[in-house]
Amino acid sequence: MTWLGIAALGVLLALPAVVSSYVLTILIFIFFYAFLGQAWNVVGGYAGQLSVGHAAFLGVGAYASAVLAQEVGLSPWLGMFVGGALAGALGAVIGYLGFRFGLRGFYFVLLTVAFAEVCRIVVNNVEAVGGAVGFYITFTGDPRQFQFRDNRAWYYVTLVLMLAATGIVALIERRRFGVYLAAIREDESAAEALGVDTLRYKMLAMIVSSFLTGVGGTFYACYLLSLQPNAVFGIPLSVEIIIRPIVGGSGTLLGPILGSFILTPLAEVSRYYLGQGGWHGAHLIAYGVLLVAVVLFLPEGAYPRLVRLVRARKRA
Amino acid sequence: MSLLEARGLSKRFGGVRAVDHLDLALAEGDLLGLIGPNGAGKTTAFNLLSGFLAPDAGEIRLRGRSIVGLKPHRICQLGVARTFQIVRPFPRMTVLQNVEVGALARHAGTGAAVRVARAVVEQVGLGPKANAVASGLTMPERKRLELARALATEPAVLLLDEVMAGLNPTEIERMVVLLREIHAAGMSMLLIEHNMRAVMALSQRVVVLNFGSKIAEGAPAEVARHPKVVEAYLGEEYVDAAPAR
Repeated sequence: MTWLGIAALGVLLALPAVVSSYVLTILIFIFFYAFLGQAWNVVGGYAGQLSVGHAAFLGVGAYASAVLAQEVGLSPWLGMFVGGALAGALGAVIGYLGFRFGLRGFYFVLLTVAFAEVCRIVVNNVEAVGGAVGFYITFTGDPRQFQFRDNRAWYYVTLVLMLAATGIVALIERRRFGVYLAAIREDESAAEALGVDTLRYKMLAMIVSSFLTGVGGTFYACYLLSLQPNAVFGIPLSVEIIIRPIVGGSGTLLGPILGSFILTPLAEVSRYYLGQGGWHGAHLIAYGVLLVAVVLFLPEGAYPRLVRLVRARKRA
Repeated sequence: MSLLEARGLSKRFGGVRAVDHLDLALAEGDLLGLIGPNGAGKTTAFNLLSGFLAPDAGEIRLRGRSIVGLKPHRICQLGVARTFQIVRPFPRMTVLQNVEVGALARHAGTGAAVRVARAVVEQVGLGPKANAVASGLTMPERKRLELARALATEPAVLLLDEVMAGLNPTEIERMVVLLREIHAAGMSMLLIEHNMRAVMALSQRVVVLNFGSKIAEGAPAEVARHPKVVEAYLGEEYVDAAPAR
């Protein structure tokens, strides 16, 4: 297993030397969505608190670092942590409202969606950050401004993001924090009876998750160079964030990565071909169908199923 | 000073007095049985003692310190562990991981917690099932797991809510032996139980509840002959049988 990991890492490091720029772009999005999925995984997967408003954290992180870079001249290398901290603070507010007052299941989903929508509407109306027109970043291609002319640099940036988030989740998983989150997901009252301060650990999970997502906002801003409130804070982006870990296996370390490798190319291809035929947004219908299929046939996700298949084959 | 003591504990649900001015005292090393007909308020009393419900009135003290108003996790950390009548295993975790969650209440590092958990899993006889997923366990195994998780929090008092329910006579016999061992090792216990043979065999003292109030307290044999208890609960058949023991 260790050797498999090292081999996979070697392939990923060498890949930019051989593949086309188009494939590289797809890989960049695979890594980026795997990163976002991993961040969501902390609260949505391990702690089992279904947030469907994670776009809010991405948006806050993206706007914070972009505005700071354009208006104040703060390098996005630092701005990404400011954005992360602001997103973490927003996560703390949402988490406290949800967890302190015992919102579970669908009520928590609604709370997170509502907050993301409020963010979207507010930013749409704040002219100082461009309002509905959006906020634009000047392209300089300067690495100090977190901008790169070469797609290969972006490739390594997103690879590092994905690996860093995965490393953080791996650390959490093995500690008391991770075991407690799993216990909360499985049965909150039983966890409480065994000495788990469920409010505290759910809050921590929410803050870690929203912080990481906010950090990802800087990549979004600097790579795309334009921020549209309806896109950055929109429900479709929240769905993009959560669907990969769910398909890959939420609450597992490699689920979000596997999910992103399955879904991101699929989304790209369907967006391209369906979009060409004038079927804009049709890939969202495909997502809906896929989500229903996963819930019905693969409720625990692709990764746990894969692990069981491999084990069964070894035994045979 | 009592280890765990309740004074005037009361809880109403609408017009129902689920627990009504209940006094309970448990000394270090006690094994106290709590019995009563269905709906007598036993589980409500447990929910009050463990912080899952807030009492309307009354006081609960652990080693003299009030624990009223504390959250369940704090009460567990202070040394009161409970099990649930309807077992609540963490279904997708293994037996060992389930028990590890309990052990983490006392040991912050997962290494130490796993060692404690392994010992407790052996102690309750689930050793061969340590790596089995909890959702695949049989009912007797689930009852043992419920007990193991509570034990792993290294409590001063164990509150056991019907750990024999749903077990057959052989399994009950084994559970009685196990609980005796745990008690002999110095654990103080409060035991809700419907199985009279088991309560009578285990308890030093028994408290009988009916409609939320205590109607009798004393040694098992005395309580079994108490007219109020007979009237409320045990029935003629048992009164004839009790003195013969």
